[in-house]
Amino acid sequence: MIRFENLHKSYITGSNKLHVLKGINLEIKEGELISIMGSSGSGKSTLLNITGILDNYDEGSYYLDNMLISNMSEKKAAMLRNKYIGFVFQSFNLISFKNALENVALPLYYQKVSRKKRNLIAMEYLEKMGLKEWAHHMPNELSGGQKQRVAIARSLITRPKVILADEPTGALDTSTSYEVMEIFKEINQSGITVIIVTHEDDIAHRTNKIIRLRDGLIESINGELVNPEFVETEISEHV
Amino acid sequence: MFDQDKWQEIFQTLKQNKLRTVLTAFGVFWGIFMLIIMLGAGNGLRNAVFYGFENFATNSAFTWTRRTTLPYQGFDRGRRWNFTTQDMIALRENIPEIKYLAPRLQGTSKGSIAKVTRGLKAGDYTIYGDYPDYAKIDPQKILTGRFINDYDIKYKRKVAVVGTRVREVLFDKEEDPLSKYIDIDGVYFQVIGVFKPINTKISFGANPEELIYVPFTTSQIAFNHGDIVHYFAITAKDGVPVSVVDKKSKALLKQWHRIHPDDDRAIGGFDLEQEVKKVNGLFTGINVLVWIVGIGTLMAGVIGVSNIMLIVVKERTKEIGIKRAIGAQPETIIGQIILESVFLTAVAGFAGLTIGVWLLELINMALTASGGNSGAFRNPEVNFGIAFTALVIIVVSGAFAGLLPAQRAISIKPIDALRDE
Repeated sequence: MIRFENLHKSYITGSNKLHVLKGINLEIKEGELISIMGSSGSGKSTLLNITGILDNYDEGSYYLDNMLISNMSEKKAAMLRNKYIGFVFQSFNLISFKNALENVALPLYYQKVSRKKRNLIAMEYLEKMGLKEWAHHMPNELSGGQKQRVAIARSLITRPKVILADEPTGALDTSTSYEVMEIFKEINQSGITVIIVTHEDDIAHRTNKIIRLRDGLIESINGELVNPEFVETEISEHV
Repeated sequence: MFDQDKWQEIFQTLKQNKLRTVLTAFGVFWGIFMLIIMLGAGNGLRNAVFYGFENFATNSAFTWTRRTTLPYQGFDRGRRWNFTTQDMIALRENIPEIKYLAPRLQGTSKGSIAKVTRGLKAGDYTIYGDYPDYAKIDPQKILTGRFINDYDIKYKRKVAVVGTRVREVLFDKEEDPLSKYIDIDGVYFQVIGVFKPINTKISFGANPEELIYVPFTTSQIAFNHGDIVHYFAITAKDGVPVSVVDKKSKALLKQWHRIHPDDDRAIGGFDLEQEVKKVNGLFTGINVLVWIVGIGTLMAGVIGVSNIMLIVVKERTKEIGIKRAIGAQPETIIGQIILESVFLTAVAGFAGLTIGVWLLELINMALTASGGNSGAFRNPEVNFGIAFTALVIIVVSGAFAGLLPAQRAISIKPIDALRDE
């Protein structure tokens, strides 16, 4: 489903060049439930953004569904994002002046689905999230967990192949976090690839595969070291 | 297609900061409002000026004789000469482009202004000896009776058509002036009509209300003018500029009277068409100025809209980022911002247009109510074409105002937009 080959990415800030990704080789198969961990600055968010075609890369190649994603026009990128990828963010990123239903239906609007039809589908997804009664509430009237469930419903409505979640539980309390993780598991069981970026171990442990990034390289997958240069390094945390 | 989501967003954005929206809209409103008012005022001035000779045949010219300034064929310079009735016949035969040719005589045997009396009432008035055709060049409004006709000319009748002022002075208010006699420098004339001048702006020295018209042939005999003609009033046929006819007739007149062909000062003239052109040119100038100032004011308003849209885009960077992350294409975002800008300018501009036209109408009504004939200003108006042009300008400038902010919104990468807190 997703394949990175020797992926490099640098940010240039003024005269400084920050090498964030230093050659990522990774393959994620369809239907996997994966978490990406790493301390801040390890490049996990950058990797997620490149995966979501929100950002480009400098070197190497990225295949999404066997399609080379490189030097895309913004139009094409938007189309692919809409078709293949669902996003879930830490800060929910709901549109504040649209109610829950309209937020969920928005991706279908960009697919030019009629208003009536997309609201019907959106209601269906909200129902799945147990938010039917909240459909006409504005985001500021919802709790954090509810907002995140609305965001998840929005990411699912286009029937994407991949769900990318950037710290989806970062703003939630523990029990709500676990609820959200249960939802992700259910989504995964329906065949959708789910990639979660997190720095919380307990969240990561609820996924099937944990990929650890460190200094722009993959350090370990499910605890097995992959890059020889990290062998000497003490891995303090239990994996 | 009516897209509910698009409009919902537009109203949402505009509602978020009402004061800002209103102030921005006011800039555009004022621009269009001023443009309309100034154009209307320009038209008002124009109408006032042209009102004076709207019925005058504008393709007409007047010609008279003056002393020669060049010696020619044995004649010294400084010679006095006169047109004759022979010239009238010859001009008609030689210049087919002439539509009306009216020879005129001014004054009596005693001078150009005559003493006119009726019993104890008296006044000094200008007397013209005219042909019926003169009424076709400079139409008069006949209040009672009639103008001079062909029989008056043929039988050299001693009849007179008097101006309203003459009537007021020589007759009592309730008195019927028709068929009454007046004494013009010792010769009695029967009044056959009273006229009110229409073309108040054109006169040859005298107040047009204080004129008396008598038949040309009568004037020749009664006032001892003999065979001479003081003026020729000439109108060209439709489609022929009167300057062409004027030039031809002057050349012929010079030839017949042995005037040096280059002696332009020997013939005086007045070409109404040229005068109209000059006034027209002046108003074209005023119009151009009005458009420049109006468009400038409008531009200031539009730049204000553009500025505000930039701020709106900045405020909504994150929202735009979210939308792009979930699949909004750049065109959709650009379209949205431009539509918003066009909507704001169109509503404000339309309000300016409506209120501007409404105010002009109000002024117009006030002018009409107060007699309607104030000298410098008359019937201010803007025509449909101008209003339509203004509307097109509003919409186009609204689109331009949105273009730059929209470009800005797109130039931010979705990832940067999402990070924006």
